[in-house]
Amino acid sequence: MTNPNGRFGIHGGQYIPETLMNAVIELEQAYNHYKNDPEFNRELNTLFTEYAGRPSRLYYAEKLTKKLGGAKIYLKREDLNHTGAHKINNVLGQALLAKKMGKTRLIAETGAGQHGVATATAAALMDMECVVFMGEEDTKRQALNVYKMRLLGAEVVPVTTGTATLKDAVSQAMREWTSRIADTHYCLGSVMGPHPFPTIVRDFQAVISREIKEQMLEKEGRLPDVVMACVGGGSNAIGTFYHFIDEPSVRLIGCEAAGRGIDTFETAATIATGKLGIFHGMKSYFCQDEYGQIAPVYSISAGLDYPGVGPEHAWLHDIGRAEYVPVTDEEAVCAFENLSRTEGIIPAIESAHAVAYAEKLAPTLDKDKIIVITLSGRGDKDCAAIARYRGEDIHE
Amino acid sequence: MSNIQNAFASGKAFIPFITSGDPDLETTAALVRAMADAGADLIELGIPFSDPTAEGPVIQAANLRALSGGVTTDKIFDLVRELRRDVTVPMVFMTYANVVYSYGPERFTKTCAEIGMDGLILPDVPFEEKEEFAAPCRAAGIDLVSLVAPTSANRIADIASQAEGFLYVVSSLGVTGVRSEIKTDVKEIAALAKAAAPVPCAIGFGISTPEQAQTMAQCADGVIVGSAIVKIIAQYGRDAVPYVADYVRSMKDAIR
Repeated sequence: MTNPNGRFGIHGGQYIPETLMNAVIELEQAYNHYKNDPEFNRELNTLFTEYAGRPSRLYYAEKLTKKLGGAKIYLKREDLNHTGAHKINNVLGQALLAKKMGKTRLIAETGAGQHGVATATAAALMDMECVVFMGEEDTKRQALNVYKMRLLGAEVVPVTTGTATLKDAVSQAMREWTSRIADTHYCLGSVMGPHPFPTIVRDFQAVISREIKEQMLEKEGRLPDVVMACVGGGSNAIGTFYHFIDEPSVRLIGCEAAGRGIDTFETAATIATGKLGIFHGMKSYFCQDEYGQIAPVYSISAGLDYPGVGPEHAWLHDIGRAEYVPVTDEEAVCAFENLSRTEGIIPAIESAHAVAYAEKLAPTLDKDKIIVITLSGRGDKDCAAIARYRGEDIHE
Repeated sequence: MSNIQNAFASGKAFIPFITSGDPDLETTAALVRAMADAGADLIELGIPFSDPTAEGPVIQAANLRALSGGVTTDKIFDLVRELRRDVTVPMVFMTYANVVYSYGPERFTKTCAEIGMDGLILPDVPFEEKEEFAAPCRAAGIDLVSLVAPTSANRIADIASQAEGFLYVVSSLGVTGVRSEIKTDVKEIAALAKAAAPVPCAIGFGISTPEQAQTMAQCADGVIVGSAIVKIIAQYGRDAVPYVADYVRSMKDAIR
């Protein structure tokens, strides 16, 4: 019972209760079988194109480029996918896999609600039962998504333990999976958790970088100089990086949520402030105190408000292949507003973290350089919260 | 032979669990002494963790109470050091991987041995990941307790054959907590475990009544009870000691 593939450097692994071990082993075997199955891939590809609307556009943001006066900026428009975010890529893959495995019920955690909505959507499409765990705090921040999940037929369970945010939703989904395994697949929403989840989720999200590469070669005849994305658990970022990891000329930049700043306790910037640990099934970097108690992290973005980071990111950081930078609430909100006004595109507050760093980086680069920012999701869900941040109380 | 074996030397063992520092460390010390006097054969001391993913609501709440009272790993080590002046009953820590990992597995296990702890249970460290913790445990001379679950199936023999101290047989799916009925085929799992394990087997998860304890004791060498005791502590707080002692006595009597 060795597990040579579950590691990214020293990170990853399977730190879960014995009760779940055969479930993840069964999942790994099923995934290894279906990932090379032409029928599975044909079905998934059809879902991607006909249902989710892939490929997503690679859009040249000419006005933003001119405004910043430096590198050429392209936006990878994952916000245009069905359900409004990159989450659908992973969910369609996992739901199809679960269906093939004979599972009839999907459970999921959600932070901002995008992964919950995507899972509820796939469950509706594939006639599966669906239960979504969401921190109570997040159900308030993202009330519209709670309504959407229920509309789609899912049960939404508010989680009141701990900080009542994403980490607690993950813990509760894991507990639920332990109690009901036979008919249930845990549709984990990011490149985290025990092996094989970080690999499965990455593979389904890798479509992002595969398309960027093709589209960029078509539009510019060359590879980009920088690809960047926001990082919570890190699924849209790893999807954005994956096919460029072996292209040393391409800089990979992940933008973490610094909240009120990395010198405050109100931050979720794991790589900037965390240390090595073991939590939620994986070894990676976590925000924690000196005794290993997981820190109550904070970000304006419910989707990045997580105290850990996926093990492959931890490894890319260790080997220096990817750079991780902290972006504050204020910087992200400014970028949210700026992109809306400049390009007529309202980004998710998560994605706005990547836009914010691009705004700093682009002016420092020559005009012949190319930056690709993945817009992981659209910002409709965030409008009420950003309005509140700016002191305006609007009702959804 | 480790001290844990002594817990099983005189009939079926009763193994209570409490969270250290719930509601405070003075009460924990009093509870340990009272439980030992009431017939506990081995005591599981929980080191609280902020996010205990294998626990149900009762023990989750105990973890939070303890942490909000300011308990730390070092303060719990001091507590054990103090208890070991007079308490001889075998004791093991039950905590989560990150608590040990952040302290440093070598430093943690060495301290355990030094203060007189006999073993360690880590519910989020399965067979595949155990060596990282088992090696320092071996070096320090304490037992890393393994767990088998109702879903372990083909894994039982491998896990059981490498078990140290005692083998923890998880009776039910799900997390810790009181259950009115234990539905899984725990007898079959316990039989497979006993056949392969070089050490005694104890059943835990969901057990709260003397009747359940009696039934479970028939197919194992001991029973483990956590949530039912933690519930009493949640109810009575600092005054819980006599109530817990009575409960432990009744459970031990039931399996004698």
